[in-house]
Amino acid sequence: MATDILMPALSPTMTEGTIARWLKKEGDAISSGDVLAEIETDKATMEVEAVEEGILGRILVPEGAQNIAVNTPIAILVSEGEEVPEKSAAAPQAAPAHQTDDAPVASPVSASAAPRALSTPEPEKDWGPTAEITVREALNQAMAAELRRDPDVFLLGEEVAQYQGAYKVSQGLLAEFGEKRVIDMPITEHGFTGMAVGAALTGLKPIVEFMTMNFSMQAIDHIINSAAKTLYMSGGQMGCPIVFRGPNGAAARVGAQHSQCYGSWYAHVPGLKVVAPWSSADAKGLLRASIRDPNPVVFLENEILYGRKFECPTDEDFILPIGKAKVEREGAHVTIVTFSIMVGVALQAAEELAQQGIEAEVINLRTLRPLDTATVVESVKKTSRLVTVEEGWPFAGIGAEVAMQVIEHAFDWLDAPPVRIAGEDVPMPFAANLEKLALPQASHIVDAVRGIV
Amino acid sequence: MQAGKDDIQKTGGNGPSLTREQFTQAFHDMLLIRRFEEKAGQLYGMGLIGGFCHLYIGQEAVVVGIQMALKDGDKLITSYRDHGQMLAAGMTPRGVMAELTGRATGYSRGKGGSMHMFSREKNFYGGHGIVGAQVALGIGLAFANKYRGTDEVSIAYFGDGAANQGQVYESFNLAALHKLPCIFVIENNLYGMGTSVERASASHEMWRNGEPWGIPGRRVDGMDIATVNEAAVEAVAHCRAGKGPYLLEMMTYRYRGHSMSDPAKYRKREEVDEIRKTRDPIEHVRQILLDAGTTQEDLKAIENDIKAVVNDSAEFAQTSPEPDAAELYTDVLLEA
Ligand SMILES: Cc1ncc(C[n+]2csc(CCOP(=O)(O)OP(=O)(O)O)c2C)c(N)n1
Ligand SMILES: [Mg+2]
Repeated sequence: MATDILMPALSPTMTEGTIARWLKKEGDAISSGDVLAEIETDKATMEVEAVEEGILGRILVPEGAQNIAVNTPIAILVSEGEEVPEKSAAAPQAAPAHQTDDAPVASPVSASAAPRALSTPEPEKDWGPTAEITVREALNQAMAAELRRDPDVFLLGEEVAQYQGAYKVSQGLLAEFGEKRVIDMPITEHGFTGMAVGAALTGLKPIVEFMTMNFSMQAIDHIINSAAKTLYMSGGQMGCPIVFRGPNGAAARVGAQHSQCYGSWYAHVPGLKVVAPWSSADAKGLLRASIRDPNPVVFLENEILYGRKFECPTDEDFILPIGKAKVEREGAHVTIVTFSIMVGVALQAAEELAQQGIEAEVINLRTLRPLDTATVVESVKKTSRLVTVEEGWPFAGIGAEVAMQVIEHAFDWLDAPPVRIAGEDVPMPFAANLEKLALPQASHIVDAVRGIV
Repeated sequence: MQAGKDDIQKTGGNGPSLTREQFTQAFHDMLLIRRFEEKAGQLYGMGLIGGFCHLYIGQEAVVVGIQMALKDGDKLITSYRDHGQMLAAGMTPRGVMAELTGRATGYSRGKGGSMHMFSREKNFYGGHGIVGAQVALGIGLAFANKYRGTDEVSIAYFGDGAANQGQVYESFNLAALHKLPCIFVIENNLYGMGTSVERASASHEMWRNGEPWGIPGRRVDGMDIATVNEAAVEAVAHCRAGKGPYLLEMMTYRYRGHSMSDPAKYRKREEVDEIRKTRDPIEHVRQILLDAGTTQEDLKAIENDIKAVVNDSAEFAQTSPEPDAAELYTDVLLEA
């Protein structure tokens, strides 16, 4: 049967081209792979290979012809002994559905960006009696509990096993769970993160400890491209139940490369959840939830908080939901939204403000993605004023996102422009005085609040 | 399969051999990949496949020869040049082709495309677009095999270009350190995009690139199915026995450009023609089968079957619906 050879699209963007040269003439036998012609595209001269075998019956478009649209018949291929038709057998092929103008295109406003009705926040469950423990103990207990509960959970990272953790967060875990499940890694973040993600794609549930989150940048490709995107790219087949955890943000006097907040970096990425605990209860309840979550979770700890003590429920089943903020202090005059170590700083500022007669509501976000917009918006509707506080850089930071959410959902309730307090827009300096100047202080928050109340 | 007259002793020369049944199967599997890829190229030319599309034509013996050495449960992972691996793993031509055209019936429901397909059922873990990433992920698959106490192995395929990535060597170290059952397969097709392997790597013997970690390696004629299979059988036995990783450097060649929009000016047409003429993996097996008494009609019947399957997949890929607009928002996260 005679078939048309069509003007091919030789690049993702080509719509027309020029037949530079025919390398076969009418009557030539063609086998698949033979070069039939050279075509000039917008980018280059390309060879057109035959895909079917037969005889080149007729050339429809001569050498030198320009602006030949893709899918125009340029020649007719016939079988041995077959009569050659005068004209192309078929009308030019209709363009495929995905190139037509009326193809179903989703609305340019993404679902997550579009203002949606927000559910009213539920009150937090009462877990009963509490005891004071450090954040370090809380994290350790959370991992131990989940390692006990699920044999598919394991911990890997640098110095997590024999050394008991660079910050002693994994203390005692090797002794209880053995070297199969608490695994020391060489200093090879890119490699071991990829390995852990590969294991997670099979259904295992790794906890990857980064000595600090700064070093996760060596592995960020696997966190984003391999862990966060695979569920989507596989049409829902390949989940990736994994936790990436470690101390995040400034410690004390460790300089620019070891003092950075990754909140905004990871919160930017669909397919990830990002958790940033402050208290021991946050740390324990949310780490347990993160380990059980079937999605990749980035869990941002803070080195300075490791040794701080907080009350934490003693209930063996204690767990907190990802995606729910906590109102740490109620107040009617201004809403302060913050996370991680800055929650403490904000509470200190609220204390000072109270002495001056200003009641600040302090919201501990706990989770950065998905953001608990409902809790923030409900508070702003009450206070009509917003101050965001974070330790990381201001530009495109978490404060920017929180303010935008408030503008989208509660613009008419605002009585003053939102104010953003953040780390200074510089790499972290080493000198003690400069480092202090680079980080938000309670006094900055007090001043900011006084400026808008 | 009985030994006896059906046993083909040699593939030519003194190389390893397969039975006639195996050669026939290999002929089928390789030709399916070849015809499928030709059809994909054709659909691309018609504007039905968009974006990047990297064809596997010329390299068919590598995946088919390795696949023949595997058993159910063994895991696979590769780069964006993945159509051949998927077909060899038993994924359906319909599902793969429909993903190439971005349709709801594709393996990723149209959300992955040529470079990103997966099948839990066939233990195919993708389909990765970041050069070298699949190697670190691949040792993770092997880690999971070991963690679960199975004797399953994992195959991590990567290119000669990817072999220069740092994470490949981190993975060699980790796999050797933890004795992971991972077979690293370098598909050395002599080019990474437009850069020939000599211009990109100071190592001229990539099969030895695992030596510092004690990873045994072999350079293999990747155009000869029986040799590929023999090497794969050895590597698989090594891994199943718990002796750690193994490295195979498959010397192969891609006939087409790097992707569909590659004018391939970095190599001469004669180089391609010469290899096609003298080393084509499929023609090689065709000749072996003919010499052993398989008839032209038998082979033609196989070709016709494949043609029908491939045409059916193309038809399916063109007539299947595009994904529903609501699919845009699904599969971002799993319900906790
Ligand atoms: C990290 C990264 N860098 C660059 C690219 C662009 N790129 C895609 S394929 C490729 C060449 C890879 O060659 P090779 O590993 O030999 O595989 P082959 O294409 O020959 O199968 C390059 C540079 C990429 N996808 N990822
Ligand atoms: Mg290559």
